[in-house]
Amino acid sequence: MRRIWFFLLGLLLGLNTLVWAKEPYRIGAIFSVTGPTSFIGDPEKKTLEMLVEEINRAGGINGHPVEAIIYDTQGEETLAVQKFMRLVMQDRVLAIIGPSRTGTSLAVAPLAERYRVPLISCAAGIKIVEPVKPYVFKVAQSDRLAVKKIYQYLKAKGLTKVALLTVSNGFGQSGREELKRLAPRYGIEIVADELFGPKDTDMKPQLIRIRRTGAQVVICWGTNPGPAIVARNMRELGMPQKLIMSHGVASKRFIELAGKAAEGIILPAGKLIVAHELPDNDPQKPLLLSYIERYKARYGKEPSSFGGHAYDAFLLLKEALARAGADRAKIREALENIKGLKGIHGVFNMSPQDHNGLSEREAFVLVEIRGGNFHLLKD
Amino acid sequence: MENFLEFFFSGLVNGAIYALIALGFMIIYSATGVINFAQGEFVMLGAMFTAWLSGRGWPLPLVVGAALVGATLAGILTERLTIRPARTASPLILIIITIGVSILIKGLAMFTWGKDPLPVNPFLPSEPVHFLGATLSPQGLLVLVVSALAFLATESFFRFTLWGKAMRACAYNRFGARVLGINLSRLTCLAFGLSAALSGLAGIIISPLTFASYDMGTMLGLKGFSAAVFGGLGSATGALVGGFSLGILEALASGYISSAYKDAVAFLLLLIVLFLKPEGLFSPEKVEKL
Repeated sequence: MRRIWFFLLGLLLGLNTLVWAKEPYRIGAIFSVTGPTSFIGDPEKKTLEMLVEEINRAGGINGHPVEAIIYDTQGEETLAVQKFMRLVMQDRVLAIIGPSRTGTSLAVAPLAERYRVPLISCAAGIKIVEPVKPYVFKVAQSDRLAVKKIYQYLKAKGLTKVALLTVSNGFGQSGREELKRLAPRYGIEIVADELFGPKDTDMKPQLIRIRRTGAQVVICWGTNPGPAIVARNMRELGMPQKLIMSHGVASKRFIELAGKAAEGIILPAGKLIVAHELPDNDPQKPLLLSYIERYKARYGKEPSSFGGHAYDAFLLLKEALARAGADRAKIREALENIKGLKGIHGVFNMSPQDHNGLSEREAFVLVEIRGGNFHLLKD
Repeated sequence: MENFLEFFFSGLVNGAIYALIALGFMIIYSATGVINFAQGEFVMLGAMFTAWLSGRGWPLPLVVGAALVGATLAGILTERLTIRPARTASPLILIIITIGVSILIKGLAMFTWGKDPLPVNPFLPSEPVHFLGATLSPQGLLVLVVSALAFLATESFFRFTLWGKAMRACAYNRFGARVLGINLSRLTCLAFGLSAALSGLAGIIISPLTFASYDMGTMLGLKGFSAAVFGGLGSATGALVGGFSLGILEALASGYISSAYKDAVAFLLLLIVLFLKPEGLFSPEKVEKL
């Protein structure tokens, strides 16, 4: 009896090698699947799992199946470093996707350099790829692109007096720096520069100060719930100024929180949330719609922009693996030379000087909140 | 002093919330000598119940009632399940237990309601009221009125009811109160229930202004604690004055000095008061009598 089992087992293994004639490509991923930033890591993990399954069903990359090992960082730097080392030393992966946060990405970037493992971060912080490190790439749009998009709009509308209201955490302050740095280039004068704490419950004092400065536009940079309170406070104070938000609130939850006060707010966002409204000649539209449909079919809800980062990272890595094969140095070189790759959050044109490869033309669109939903802003 | 009234009103609303939380700290401290660090979590529970139940389409009076009962029950359960079994331990150990309770409640809330803040619609129509060139939202006015009523109710409870008097007696001298036949176990339970109800009320009325999120309790608890210490931890009036001063100081600091240092300015002034008058601005007679 036992012999028969062994025979069957052997047959199975044999079949397996028949189907997968080639060695699998083993890749690693580290996301903040749990912890305070699980809203970033969880959709990333789900997206990557979906993509790996799809590609293996379709025959792998040049006949090589893909094996993805995903670890949870809980959004913590120390854990990110541990899991990174494990992927490199024990699992011997070819390349690593993630981490999800800027902090964790900066923590593992020096290790990617030391062990020469290509790393494709899903975080937004511009410091991850600036200055350029040979083995470190990132797919998320930098704040700078969002700021450029906003300033281009203001310039086109002839609005020059801007008040800043930013949250006093990493996201808000990185946005604030870019907003202040790029303002002169677009002929914009910053007439107020106010801050609020991430847990503050009332921003009226800051807004009253802003009102006195004669600002035409208020730009608020933060993540929920602060910006929703700002929107409501501005309405309570009856302030007529145009309110512009950051891509940090580009989710339905913001509209639910701010309610009526959300109407008319303009913000830069990835194309994913307005995919259906994009013109048909948009190069990313078919991919965006297909991602939404596949994700919905598998997980029963719409994908978030964070999942899109994992999607883009996988697309880049897939392209690099197809060109370079199982060699870390060659994968790195291939990644650096990818041009015109259409992803979820833009068209990637990598170069030795730019390891993000996105431009504000495709990476962001301006959306307006109307009727409780995001709509593409038409000039 | 341009826009003084507007800053003042904005601070008044936050101050009312701090005062309610400070009142909660004061009640438990009076009855047991314990600083309850889970106080902020009762605020969060009040707000969360409000967001959750109104999200399920319950009518407003029912939502408020249920949220109030929910927060009160949480307070009573905290006392029965964690403080009472350890009642012979020193206040320091009890304080540490309340820190554990706070972490537990916060974790449970995170698992039950998720990490995203939940929206709450204003209880009243949201057209702002103009008064002497300043604007005040109806919801803000509601916060002021409700907290004034809650303060009056608490004050008359302390002055005119037997249990209120017993609680004051207990604050003066725990042992003496016991000798006189006051049931300390029931008194402690009552104190936790009352204190959680007041904090829950703060959470309910502030939720339309700030929304409800699982981690909102920590900062509010800290501010309420500062207000309570500011006011001397011994009387309802002290809690009220402490809360309002902190709220108004904060608003004026971010209005006239810098919004970046808003919390720093408020806490710095608090420190100065504590250096000059460490027993708090409104210290109870207890200190002199001891």
